[in-house]
Amino acid sequence: MSDLAQLGSAEVLRLAGLRKSYNIGLPTELEVLHGLELTLARRDFASLVGPSGSGKSTLLNLLGLLDSPTAGDLYLLGQATRLLDDERRTALRAQAIGFVFQFHHLIPAFTALENVMMPMLVTHGRPSAETITRARGLLEEVGLAGFEGRKPQELSGGQQQRVAIARALITRPALLLADEPTGNLDTKTAAGVFELFRRFNREYGCAVLVVTHDPRLSAVCDRTITLVDGSIVSDELHSRT
Amino acid sequence: MWIESTIALRFLREGRAQTTLILIGIAVGVSVIVFIVALIRGLQGNIVERTLGTQAHIKVEAPDEINRLAPLPAGTTRLVLETRRAQRLRSINNWQQVMAVLDGFPGVRAVSPVISGPAFARRGNAVESVALVGMDPIRYQRIIPLSEDIVAGQLKVGAGDAVIGRLLADDLGLKVGDKFRLAAGLGREAQLNIAGIFELGVRELDQRYVYLDLKQTQSLLDLPGGVTVIDITVEDIFTAQDAARRIAALTGLKAESWLDTNAQLVNALRSQSMSTAMISFFVAVSVAFGIASVLSISVVQRTREIGILRAMGTRQQQMLKVFLVQGAVLGLTGSAIGAFAGYGLVWVFNTFGPKLFYIPVAPTLVPLAMAIATLTGTVAAAVPARRAARLDPVVAIRHV
Ligand SMILES: Nc1ncnc2c1ncn2[C@@H]1O[C@H](COP(=O)(O)OP(=O)(O)OP(=O)(O)O)[C@@H](O)[C@H]1O
Ligand SMILES: [Mg+2]
Repeated sequence: MSDLAQLGSAEVLRLAGLRKSYNIGLPTELEVLHGLELTLARRDFASLVGPSGSGKSTLLNLLGLLDSPTAGDLYLLGQATRLLDDERRTALRAQAIGFVFQFHHLIPAFTALENVMMPMLVTHGRPSAETITRARGLLEEVGLAGFEGRKPQELSGGQQQRVAIARALITRPALLLADEPTGNLDTKTAAGVFELFRRFNREYGCAVLVVTHDPRLSAVCDRTITLVDGSIVSDELHSRT
Repeated sequence: MWIESTIALRFLREGRAQTTLILIGIAVGVSVIVFIVALIRGLQGNIVERTLGTQAHIKVEAPDEINRLAPLPAGTTRLVLETRRAQRLRSINNWQQVMAVLDGFPGVRAVSPVISGPAFARRGNAVESVALVGMDPIRYQRIIPLSEDIVAGQLKVGAGDAVIGRLLADDLGLKVGDKFRLAAGLGREAQLNIAGIFELGVRELDQRYVYLDLKQTQSLLDLPGGVTVIDITVEDIFTAQDAARRIAALTGLKAESWLDTNAQLVNALRSQSMSTAMISFFVAVSVAFGIASVLSISVVQRTREIGILRAMGTRQQQMLKVFLVQGAVLGLTGSAIGAFAGYGLVWVFNTFGPKLFYIPVAPTLVPLAMAIATLTGTVAAAVPARRAARLDPVVAIRHV
């Protein structure tokens, strides 16, 4: 039990003075993030909220190593990421991070099951029996047992998003990043998606950081980080439900 | 490599309309190349075959006679008025030994001694100027398969028998079994019996050639025991020039290959080959541009998918390969269809065409065309593939 507790408090992510500017060197140069400090632990289930244009997506892309900060440091699983080349960043991303985007973003040419396995396929090639079993298990957990062979266009928006969530979890990532994952889903389906995040956060000890505009959904999370004009203005813990 | 190929194939299969159209484009290009190359090779092979059907690959003759000046004593000058010497009919010195050497010469397939010179053929008051060709039928046949061209009688020389061309026979009103007279000057005359009539299809030969045996020709031309020409055929006709040079160096005789005597024809064939190569090249270039443009469009269309794949841990190298494989697969599949269609065109030409000649398809042509098309496809894919690999994942994911 103490092991789990220790694991739960382990640091997944740390930001130190993280800055991001767009259009550097141009007259339109704009600093979007102004020296952020933030730490996420393994057990965290946090929401990131803030007005439109405050820099939430920009921050998420930096955390996911899809983009590089202009200044400051980002430590992922204790590893400094500033000097990694594209190859190593990609490898670290594949190993440590799961993404869920606003528009589910499945690959239309592949079935639901193949889409779920995709992060394993691109890093390890042919799927092992274990990977296939795990992918089926995940689809079952998101309530899509029996939909393995469907193509994305044969699924509803909510179903697609659930496939995308299963895909984000196939590599057992330490950090799940979701940018408005429920933006185009109805309230009931959206609540269901947050339920899933909650479960995976508890069961797999995977830190979750999810951007949302919906105060009801952010209230479901344990922690709410508020970003306004590129600065963190509040970072609150709720009592666990 | 498995996942790269899988994604590439799925992408191609998903973009069915685009894939089909570009495959048709590639197939048309490749079939044109296969057909035109086969056609030109067939045509050239046919021309060369016809040309060489009536002549040796290499002719060896006695060297030209030239004036030789005595060396000058030191310190003297000399004014010379030189009259070039007329080339009389001469025998090749020691031709038996030369023949023995040539028989064992590498790359030489057949050697035949010939004595030839001018004469008049006469029947009644009709006189025709002819070329006497004295030969040994067995050896000569290995150079020019004359018996295939006999249209009347048989190929039989010696003991007063002669074989003449059909046009000459017509001019003199002769048929097999008739007699005529040959006069080679200075009272050397003979009466001959026509054993056979040939038709080689070359006007000059059909009108002028009179085949006799070696002995009778030697006595008519007053060159007892001599031969004026040694005819040679070689294994590889395009090495004839080289072989002729080596034979000349070895024997000190004059050796001329068919490539020298038919310089114009060879030149025409070379130009034709070059224009074929150029057509093939430009068709290949336009096929390459077709593949490149289709894949460029595909990269734009799939920008978001590329972004997702990158976000899920796909490396730049892998993204590059996904598009290179698409280029290669398009090249390979399109050229397979195209080669098949090209074969079809050749078959149609051979079956329903003018039937002037038959087009053989070299067994190497199809795999070669496919290999080149696959390579072309891969190279053409390089530019779009690099673009795909270098897409910024953030920008790509936001792409709509
Ligand atoms: N590629 C870019 N080039 C220049 N400016 C950009 C770029 N991307 C974002 N920005 C600017 O950065 C700021 C933050 O954008 P970001 O997308 O992070 O906001 P957001 O908090 O995600 O907003 P929303 O809630 O509407 O999604 C905005 O002012 C935006 O105009
Ligand atoms: Mg956003």
